[in-house]
Amino acid sequence: MTANIALILALLIPLFGAVLIGLTGRWPNLRETVTMVTAVSLFAAVIRVLMGLYAGEDIGVEVVAVMSGVGIAFNTEPLSIIFAMVASGLWVVTSVYAFGYMRGTKEVNQTRFYVCFAIALFGAIGIAFSANLLTLFIFYEVLTLSTYPLVIHKGDAKAKAGGRTYLGILLTTSIVFLLPAVVWVYAVAGTLDFMPGGILQGNLSAVPATLLLLLFLFGVGKAAVMPVHKWLPAAMVAPTPVSALLHAVAVVKAGVFTLIKVMIYIFGSDFLAEVPYESIAVYLAGFTVVAASCVALRQTNIKRMLAYSTIGQLGYIVMATMALAPFSEIGAAIHIVAHAFGKITLFFTAGAIYVASKKTELAQLNGIGWRMPLTMTAFTIGALSMIGVPPTAGFVSKWFIMSGAFSVENYFVIVVLVLSTALNAGYFMPVIYNAFFKAEDVKPDKDHGEAPASMVAALCVTASLTLLFFFFNGPVLDLETQIFGGAP
Amino acid sequence: MLMHLPVLVVLAPLLGAPVVALMRGSTWPWVLSTLLSWFSLLCAVLLLVQVQSQGLVIYTMGGWEAPWGIEYRIDFANALLLVLITGLASVVLPYARLSVEQEVGTERAPMFYAALLLLTLGLCGITATGDAFNIFVFLEISSLATYTLIAMGRDRRALTASFSYLIMGTIGATFYLIGIGFLYVMTGTLNLADLAGRLPAINESSTVRTAFAFIVTGICLKLALFPLHLWLPNAYTYSPSAVTALLGATATKVAVYVLVRFVFTVFGIDFSFGMEPLAEVLIPLAVIGLLSASTVSITQPNIKRMLAYSSVAQIGYIVLGIAMGTAMGLTAALLHVFNHGLIKGALFMVLGAVMYRMGGTSLSDMQGLAKTMPLTFWAFVIGGLSLIGVPLTVGFVSKWHLILAAIELGWWPIVIAILVGSMLAVVYVGRVIEAGFFGEAKDPTRREAPAGLLIPVWILIFANIYFGIDTRLTVDIAEAAAAQLMAGGIVR
Repeated sequence: MTANIALILALLIPLFGAVLIGLTGRWPNLRETVTMVTAVSLFAAVIRVLMGLYAGEDIGVEVVAVMSGVGIAFNTEPLSIIFAMVASGLWVVTSVYAFGYMRGTKEVNQTRFYVCFAIALFGAIGIAFSANLLTLFIFYEVLTLSTYPLVIHKGDAKAKAGGRTYLGILLTTSIVFLLPAVVWVYAVAGTLDFMPGGILQGNLSAVPATLLLLLFLFGVGKAAVMPVHKWLPAAMVAPTPVSALLHAVAVVKAGVFTLIKVMIYIFGSDFLAEVPYESIAVYLAGFTVVAASCVALRQTNIKRMLAYSTIGQLGYIVMATMALAPFSEIGAAIHIVAHAFGKITLFFTAGAIYVASKKTELAQLNGIGWRMPLTMTAFTIGALSMIGVPPTAGFVSKWFIMSGAFSVENYFVIVVLVLSTALNAGYFMPVIYNAFFKAEDVKPDKDHGEAPASMVAALCVTASLTLLFFFFNGPVLDLETQIFGGAP
Repeated sequence: MLMHLPVLVVLAPLLGAPVVALMRGSTWPWVLSTLLSWFSLLCAVLLLVQVQSQGLVIYTMGGWEAPWGIEYRIDFANALLLVLITGLASVVLPYARLSVEQEVGTERAPMFYAALLLLTLGLCGITATGDAFNIFVFLEISSLATYTLIAMGRDRRALTASFSYLIMGTIGATFYLIGIGFLYVMTGTLNLADLAGRLPAINESSTVRTAFAFIVTGICLKLALFPLHLWLPNAYTYSPSAVTALLGATATKVAVYVLVRFVFTVFGIDFSFGMEPLAEVLIPLAVIGLLSASTVSITQPNIKRMLAYSSVAQIGYIVLGIAMGTAMGLTAALLHVFNHGLIKGALFMVLGAVMYRMGGTSLSDMQGLAKTMPLTFWAFVIGGLSLIGVPLTVGFVSKWHLILAAIELGWWPIVIAILVGSMLAVVYVGRVIEAGFFGEAKDPTRREAPAGLLIPVWILIFANIYFGIDTRLTVDIAEAAAAQLMAGGIVR
């Protein structure tokens, strides 16, 4: 099997998986087996593409030419393979987790859930392997639309309201800002291909470029730069596996991934450096980081707190990308992975707590650490990674972002990083302290221990990944340096 | 036979209509008119292939050379329109049987099919002919057929809707007739190509300029440009479902074609945009139309009426493309003529299926449709996404080109208006989808619509997706048509 075929398979597997899951909906065990097989084979296909990339194979597929100079086409490069690996790899873990969660909470419409999940992965993989901005835009919308049924899964008034905000913001930003930005690029450059060094240099003067930059920054609503972040807390009405994989990994990372792609392969860092007021983006992202962390401090619901924490962490990535220092860009790309491991762990634990004890509020967590030791240990690891304490994944990326900021003497970035570290500690530490060192307020009606085994297994895996990434980040780092140059 | 294609497209329904009218029952008239519409489609497609190889097909009626005789003159623009009209007729007619039996009744069915054929004939005739007076004749044929068809609606309000369209349509046609009368006085010819050759020499004359004003206003009434759209919502709402589908997809589009033909071919771009303030008049009207009609759509309780207002808004997009006066804008307009035909045809047919099972098309009839009529509902979802302009549908392709055309001119406020219009579409389509997903079904025992309705619907839905992905055919033809029109369309 060549890497090219693997690339096509990576796109087809989740799509066919979705159809098969839909057809086997009547038999839950079979349906879940199909889900698992789909997830594992997708991961295998992505690994084959990765090996092809290492071996220097020429990878690229054009499906159909839509307009002169643009078509639906796919290829791969280091950044896209990292995103695809993270999304498909964590889908395997999340599937295991989801079986336990969906059965544990006796959710309705489970078939619709798994089908939409597979389509969402199709969207994410499509985004990852897009060879041009048009293809990326198409899959961006696929991802938005396929996750809507997952957000409104419960079907009650709250879910409907959340779904409306979710779809409203993501569709509005993509149609009103992103689409004209894409068409504009096409109008001035005559192509939409992702090219090393960008395609805009010499085609666009500096002032309109600032406007274009802002159109992208707010058009990619999935990157949740304030004030277009409201959809993410709204999406928390979804079942926890959705929040975990989609709204901590696939969807939000698709957002920052899109931004990084646009900055590197459409603008190009050289051209970006010439754009006046480019630093506006840094300030907006920095503001997002601090503001989101402050809001997170005031949250009472576990998942909403995690959502605001995600907004802040996405802000890191955007800020680091826009800081235009090679090190900080490496840090941004690493943070896509590091944050994915940490945040999915945190969401897994939130779901495990809900399934085991029906608790959703932070105030209810006193003393829960002794009932659910594995879960809360995993929570601690995830939280430490969010704060950026060694030996966790979050430390690695923060280190790179920080050294990048020092190399270009961008003290704004440094101040934001320090401030947000303190704030992150401020909202995560009390939770950990209360869980382990405070006594239970009231004894629960039903004596409970850990959540179902499949959920605990999944969250242990991701927690270990968070730790292991601190020690074994070599392969990712190698890939990153291929894009950004310069040895760390 | 191949050299007679331009006239065969028109002739088949012309000869078929009286035969159908004389038949009894509802089955045989239906079979015959369906077969005739398929035959017309075949001719139209072959014609398009001919145009692609030759660039222009000229057919002289009875062998009388133009400008003495009537000639049919097919280039890319009208070949595309002919495929749209006959294509839609070929899908709507098979679909019509069940919905006509229920909404019109067996007794009047032969007359109904005859009128539908006459409508198709009129629309094809307007499109194919190269003679200004001939356009008027076909315009009247199609209009009279339309008045009859609208009046056959079940609701008694169909009668007043038909009557007000009759008044407005007649005013429009009269304006057009006055306009070509002036042109005839000045030039002594009615052949479009001949007119185009003679007008530049005398275009300073106030008679020609008055003629231009009359013709453009008259056509704008027929194509329902804001604020001349008032006849449209009622006419679409109270017609039988099959009629709404055909009208909504083709009738206003043909008027758009006539506008394009006169503005670009007959009067020429220098006169229309240079000497006359066409852009200055059309652009504000188009923008106000697309924004106001979209806004009004949001509050409509009847979904058929909502889509009717949406059609007024879409006409705004198309006129906007024309009013840009560039090849890119014209391409976008022609693309949207074709694409919007596919979108609205599909959506109105979906509503026909809802009407068939639920007896109405109000928002409350759409509630819970995802459970009771999933195939119908998903067809609406896909058609609705196409109307919004989501990627992989035809709506996206037209929107893309329209925005591209506006950016090319640097008209940023227009870009914003187009995008705001799309957002309003998200709202009005979204509320129907939400009702379908979450609403409690009025009667959970209602079943899925019959296959006779669903198959034609899904053929159009498939076309919406197919032409949204493989745009080579539509975009290439629209570009070629725009290039011909920009060059004045005079290819001898």
